[in-house]
Parts: sequence; C-alpha cells; structure tokens
Amino acid sequence: MTAHTSPDGARHPRVGLFCTCLVDTIRPSVGFAAAKLLEDAGCEVAVPPQTCCGQPAFNSGDRATTRALAEEMITAFETFDYVVAPSGSCAGMIKTHYPELFTGEPDWAGRVERFCAKVFELTSFLVDVRGVTCVEAAYDGTVTYHDSCSGLRELGVKAQPRLLLSSVEGLALEEMKDADTCCGFGGTFCVKYPDVSNAIVEKKSANIAATGADTLLAGDLGCLMNMAGKLQREGHAVRALHVAEVLAGMGNAPAIGEPAAREAKR
Amino acid sequence: MSVEITTPRFKDNAKKALADLPLQGALSKVGPGFIGKRAAAAEKLPEFDALRDSARDIKNHTLAHLDLYLERFEAKAKEAGGHVHFAVDAAEARAIVTDICKRLGAKTVTKGKSMISEEIGLNDHLAAAGIQPVETDLGEYLIQIRGEAPSHIIAPAIHLNKDQVEADFRRVHAHLPPERDLSEPTSLLAEARGELRQKFLAADVGITGANFLVAETGTSIIVTNEGNGDLTQTLPKAHIVLASLEKLVPTLEDVSQILRVLARSATGQDMSVYTTFSTGPRRPGDPDGPGEYHVVILDNGRSSMLGGQLREVLRCIRCGACMNHCPVYHAVGGHAYGWVYPGPIGSVLTPALIGVEKGRNLPNASTFCGRCEEVCPMRIPLPKLMRHWREKEFERHLTPATQRFGLGVWGFFARRGWLYRPATRLAIGALSLLGRTKGRFAALPLAGGWTQHRDFPAPQGDTFQAQWRARQAERRAASGRGVH
Amino acid sequence: MSSRDTVFASIRAALGVTSQEAPRRQAVADRIASHPRGVIPARGQLPEAERLALFRDMVIGAAATIDHLASTAEVPEAIAAYLRSRNLPMTILRGADDRLAALPWERAPALDVWIGPSDGRQLAGLSHAFAGIAESGTVVMLSGPENPSTLNLLPDHHLVVVDAADVAGDYETVWDLIRARYGESVLPRTVNWITGPSRSADIEQTLLLGAHGPRSLHVLLVGGPTR
Repeated sequence: MTAHTSPDGARHPRVGLFCTCLVDTIRPSVGFAAAKLLEDAGCEVAVPPQTCCGQPAFNSGDRATTRALAEEMITAFETFDYVVAPSGSCAGMIKTHYPELFTGEPDWAGRVERFCAKVFELTSFLVDVRGVTCVEAAYDGTVTYHDSCSGLRELGVKAQPRLLLSSVEGLALEEMKDADTCCGFGGTFCVKYPDVSNAIVEKKSANIAATGADTLLAGDLGCLMNMAGKLQREGHAVRALHVAEVLAGMGNAPAIGEPAAREAKR
Repeated sequence: MSVEITTPRFKDNAKKALADLPLQGALSKVGPGFIGKRAAAAEKLPEFDALRDSARDIKNHTLAHLDLYLERFEAKAKEAGGHVHFAVDAAEARAIVTDICKRLGAKTVTKGKSMISEEIGLNDHLAAAGIQPVETDLGEYLIQIRGEAPSHIIAPAIHLNKDQVEADFRRVHAHLPPERDLSEPTSLLAEARGELRQKFLAADVGITGANFLVAETGTSIIVTNEGNGDLTQTLPKAHIVLASLEKLVPTLEDVSQILRVLARSATGQDMSVYTTFSTGPRRPGDPDGPGEYHVVILDNGRSSMLGGQLREVLRCIRCGACMNHCPVYHAVGGHAYGWVYPGPIGSVLTPALIGVEKGRNLPNASTFCGRCEEVCPMRIPLPKLMRHWREKEFERHLTPATQRFGLGVWGFFARRGWLYRPATRLAIGALSLLGRTKGRFAALPLAGGWTQHRDFPAPQGDTFQAQWRARQAERRAASGRGVH
Repeated sequence: MSSRDTVFASIRAALGVTSQEAPRRQAVADRIASHPRGVIPARGQLPEAERLALFRDMVIGAAATIDHLASTAEVPEAIAAYLRSRNLPMTILRGADDRLAALPWERAPALDVWIGPSDGRQLAGLSHAFAGIAESGTVVMLSGPENPSTLNLLPDHHLVVVDAADVAGDYETVWDLIRARYGESVLPRTVNWITGPSRSADIEQTLLLGAHGPRSLHVLLVGGPTR
C-alpha cells in the first residue's frame, strides 16, 4: 500500500480496474472509459494482469475451477484500496459469491471478506463511494437504459447510472417497459438454450424499439452484445453502448457491432 | 392426470411452446397479470419484508424440528378424531386414498386443488379403481376435461384461452342446449358453477391438499378463492387431506405470519377469500361437516432433502411468485418443464423428486436473473439451488461432453494467465480483422447458438490489457516517471 | 418397519437427530405452549374507531358490501332491505345461534326466516361471525350447531352479522379469543376465514365473482363508533 492510500478519504485511492474478460477481448473502449471515469473521480487506476472472475465455471457447476480463479483474482487485486469492474455481473460474482467458495477454509475467510468489501460495480463505486453526482460529457441523443440482472439484484445498481446520465449534456433518457426484466443473455444460457434465450431477447428488443430511443445503454457487455445483436438482426437502427462510454464522453465512437473502419454517422 | 415425465425433452418442449400461438397469447398475460398486483400488495404493507423474514425463520425452525412437530401434529389430529397416515412414496399414498374411498363405497370424489395429487398421479389411479375423481377448482377442472397437466401451481389452466374453454365445455357438457351463449368468461364460469354444484352435493368423499398443517392443534389448512376446496371438505362423508411432510408449521400464530405473505405474493390479495382450518371430523351436534377426517402425509423423497442445501426448498409455500416473475416461464409456459412443478421452484424441486439425470435440464434452463429469489416470500435462494444441481451434474459427469470440453479448455487457459493473455490476443486479433468491414458477424463457427438468432459484434482489435500496457508505457515515456 | 417408522427414521437420519434430545423437545414444547406472535402489522393495532373504519374499508376492498348499524335491533330490517335491493325473495336461512335468535325479527314481518344447515337450494344465508379482522377485512366463522359451515359456502348471498366489539385488529388477537372459548390447542371442526365473495380468475385471468361459493358477501357490522 502506498502512503497516499485513503479508502474513505477524498485523496487518490488506488483502484484496481478489473476490466472483465468480455471487455478485455471484445470491447476494450469500455475499459478505457472506466479508467477515465475513475481517474476523473480522483482515483489512481491500475490494471494488473488478469483473466476471469470465474463466473462461467461457477454457473456451470465447476467449483474447483471457480475456486482456483477466485484465488488468482484475489491475489492479483487484494493490494488495492478498491477493485472496480464495469460490470454488475462480474462484480456481483465476486462480492456475493466468492465467500461461499472458501467455506471451510478458515485461512481464507477473513481475507476473502476483506477483499469482497472493496469490490464495486463502476457506477455504484462512482456514486456511492466517490460521491460523484455529475460527469463532464455530452451525448446528443435519446437513450434507454437496461438494468442488468446481477447488478440490479445483487448490488442494487439502478439509481446510480441514471443519476450520472442525467448530468450528460444533450442526453435524454426514455425508460423502456420492463427495463428490469432479464434480456435473456444469462451467460452460457444463451447458447445452451438458444430458442428460449431468443424469445426473451425478442421481447426486450421490442421494448427497446418502442421507446423510440436511438441508443441503448447498459452496464454489462454480455447483455449489451445480446441485445445489440438482436436489434441488428432485426434491422433496428438503435446504437448500443456501455453506459461508461457515454459517461466518459466516448459515446460517439462506433457502437457495439458497428464497423470500426469508418467513423460512426453521428 | 398422468405423470409422464418429459423433462429430458425440455428443449423440444420449449421449441413447441414457442411456436404455439394460442399458448403465447395466454403467456403474454402472465407477467402483466401477476407482477404489478404483487408489487402493489407488497407496497401497501410496510411490514411485508419483515414478515418474509419471519416466515422464513418459522419454516427453518420447523424443518429443524420436523420429527417432533410431526409427532405433535399426529397426536393432536388423532385426539380430534382424525386419522393420520404416512406414505413413503407415491404408490403408497395412492393406495391409502383408494382404500379409504373403497371402504366407504365411494362412486365419486370431489377434489380441491392439490399439487400432491398431481405429483402422485392420483386421478388415474382412482379412475382405474372405478372411482370418478372430479376436480373442482375451475382451472383444474378445465385441464381435467382436456386430459392435461397443470401448467402453473396456482393457475393450472393459465395456458388456455376462453375459446378453448368454450370448445371443451361444448364437448363435455353435451347435455346442455347447444345454442347457449358461451362467448364470455362470465357465462363459462356460470356453466362450470352449475355443473360442479351437482358434483359437490353428490360426492361421497372430498379430497383436498393442504397449504399448511398446524402442529399445535392437529389442523389442516386450505386456501382458495373459489370456495371449491372448502365445499369439497364440508359436504361429503369423508375428507381426505393430502399433504407433503414439509407443510408443517408449529402454531396458529406461525401460520398467520406466513398467510400474510402467501396471497400477497401469489395474486396480490391481502388475504385469499377462503382460508379454512379443519380439525378432525364433524363434532357431536354439528349440523354439517364430514364424518371422517384423514390426513395422508407424503414423504416421496423429501425427508432426504432435509440433510443438505436443498432443505431450503422445503420452505416453499407454492405461491407461484417465482414463475410469475420468471422470463423463462413467460417464454415457454409450464408444460415445457415436463412434469408437475414448473418455473424456478420446479427447477430445484423436480431433480430432487425425479432424479438429476431426468431433471437436469431444468436447473440449467435459467438465466440466473435472480428475480425469483427477489420475490420469493420464503426467501428461497432459487438460483443458488439451481447452481447446486449444476454442481451435482458436473460432479457426476452428466454435463454434456461438448460443454464440459469447452469449459475445460477455457478453464485451462483462464487459470494460466501467461497463456491466456497471448491466446486471447491472437484469437481476438484474428476475429477483429475478419469482422472489420461489417463490425459484426451474422454467422460464426462454433457459435451457432448465438448467431442463429442474433449478430455477434466484431472485437475492436487488440485486448484491453495489451492496449492498456502500451498506453502506460507511452505515458511513462512521456512523463519520464512510473505511474504503475 | 411401518411406513410411519420409515418416514420418521429418514427424517431423523437427514437431520442427524434421535428425537430424544431434551433441548429440541423443550424448544418445540415451548413454542407450542407460548405460541409467540411474530410481526404484527401496525395497521392491525389501531384504536377502536380507526380499527372499525379499516375493517369497513378492507371489507369493501375485498369486493364485499357492508352496513354499519347502530344496534342489533336494526339487523332484521337491514336484511330485508338487502334482499329487496337485490330483488331476492324475502327468505333467509340461518343457524341456531342465540344472538341471531334474539334479534327482533318482528321488525321485518315480510321476512321468512328458516333455521338449519344449507343443502344448496337457498339463495340467502345468515351467520353470526365469531369475530372480524380489520387488517384484511376478514370475518371469522366457527362451525357448530349455531353457525353451520354450509351457510358460509352454499347460498348465493351470504349475510354475516359482526358485533363491533368482536372486530379485532389482527389474526393473533382472534386466536387468543378462540383459545379463551375452546381451551389451549383446541379448535372447532372448521374455522372459516372469509375475505370477500367467491371468485376465480382461471379463465384468461379475468377476475369474476361467484365461482363456487357465494357471489355476494354482505357484512352487517353492529355497534361501535360510526364515522
């Protein structure tokens, strides 16, 4: 720990950014957006070498692999004051499920508990921990926001992204029907039960389109890829972005599934 | 209704359900019908969440002392003149009921809605013994005349529309004038009321389930809105209660706690219309009520659930809130689950009752969105228990080989960061290049499950970690000092 | 081994107990004996006037109707008025309850009053409630010669007299009143909590009144402060 560490103070806490494996591989811009927001909030950001929180293994019933990945995660990140992920799903996996992976291991109990206490989803970290109420960003468009399940139900992420979005210049929020209903992604669920997943995301897509919003935002890349992929397959001209990208003023870059080669139209 | 198990064919069942337009029409009303009503009822009672905690604690205490509360229940029910029978499995429960009916020379029995009756397949068995079972809950009556299983635990015929009901009534109530108007739900209800009123009055035996058994007094409780279960147990010569052993609660105060969350979670009512507490047969001097009172307490695999994590499932009070809020249930309906208990509670209970080999689809067919747990009045951690089954399945190598292999490869790399990072960079780099022009893929090898229904975004380029390190190196070079 | 023994043995094995553990037996005996109250909603603990007002509101909220009468003397005329307003025959079937027998029936001379259980052919039945429960607008009916259970379920119209002094705020208060009458751990054969008229939403989730039980529930609340 460095001398200027101050978990509860306003001065430069050291934040380990857990970018999540989907952001790492599919959409690094979300990681940069998250880093910018954290730096703007007075944090010193680092990205230690990382792989995955273990959720795919956990939800597939593979406890041993999950336990091993959790140990790596903790070892890689436990020296930071905070660990922040641009994903309610991954942060929720760590915060609410890691402790049970180490039950019966007294050597780990305290360590895991201390670790989990400093893990946060990005928007809730900004608002609840850093007291951020506004961001310096502009976005010319009408957005609708999908509440991803884990963030909403495991971590109580609902008001925070909306509060921050309300400070984005030019942005209007149009709530969709059933914003807090699952999009049908569910990790491996969407490939194990593609027909059921599709039926669920079809409803979501219809609810998104019905708002007339030109942009869909959410806090989890998995859900966004699912919804964006469906909107695009159905021919809707709705752009899909991670909420961090808009909050960081990076909302005009090519949206999810848009070609990188040419500039987006806006 | 027969209890053929089609759970292993869940995927096919789901596919059929998704293509069934009348079913989809009916299912589209499930969410709007139930979700808002529950939310409004919870909102109106400031103590609702405290009551959920109380209800959970009561059941936890009961289950931890189940042997003793069962002994107490049995003693008190007998003291009140009732008979208590224990059944290890479905066959034994069926035999007990059939024997009572035969001894009483029963020709017809009326039935209140009972999931246990469905679980043990009682109706077929009674019919085979020459005893006509008549379901009296309107929804159960509708599915009985169609030869179907319930598709919801509190609204068994939620998969039907009124046109289907009209057609069935015209077919089954052939003695009524064919020109009668059955175009409205009111006329359908009136016809069912008239038909079933005769059955209530003529029945020799009434069979109900039990929402609760009260150890303090030896009482069985049923909760209905129609009054059918209440008539079923009041009018015939004998009342038989079918209950699984986890229905026990200690006292009348305890059940009052749980009743406060039951109807609110189920239909959004403050209290169901009829909550009927039955203790023994009619007393000397009583002008009505059954002459005999039997309680059949069924185990059927539940006692073994007491020993582990699955004990939490036994808190369930069958309110249906989990399925009312489940996106998978909304999409495919109850029949796709392939047995008696659909929705999230079915996904954790079914593998326990029919075996994980046959039931394994159900705990997998969940997005883990967590809404079921969020609304469960008994705070059953349904996603956690579905995960418990996935773990059992994984331990026993029941997970499909392709999935297990994929997970193995991924796990191998993910646990070795020094291999994982270059490997992902390589794969992502290639994929990004391929998808550069369009920005997404309409088809991808090995990702058919995804791209069959939706596009897959092309990765932006290099991995975040590689780009970050490059950026940090640039920053260090620019500033001439280390940041991290 | 009997099935009973098998089931108990299986439960004990799963719980890892013998059933002879003194602390467990004591915990169960204590809970049964003390039947502790849990969480009681604040709205179940109102003073009398507010309690009666809540009872009335909840009865109406449950799709039943209610007359608040100043005294029992008004009951026969209120029954006659109810039947007249619904265009029903001036006939009602009641139980042998002394409180009903003592009503001044001569004040409704056109009303034909019968006594006994219902066989399903009566349009209107009259019962005297043991209690009312304000928190949910519930009436509590006890079986017995005085108030046959069939009257609660078979007639199309169920009229229930509730003495305002018997309207409790919550369920728990009523259980104690029943214990005071019947003794600890004893209930009459049937206790019916009734909250509104019979209903079903089994056809396309359309809520309709009058499924198998009464189509209408009418409460005659007698005495207590009126608002």
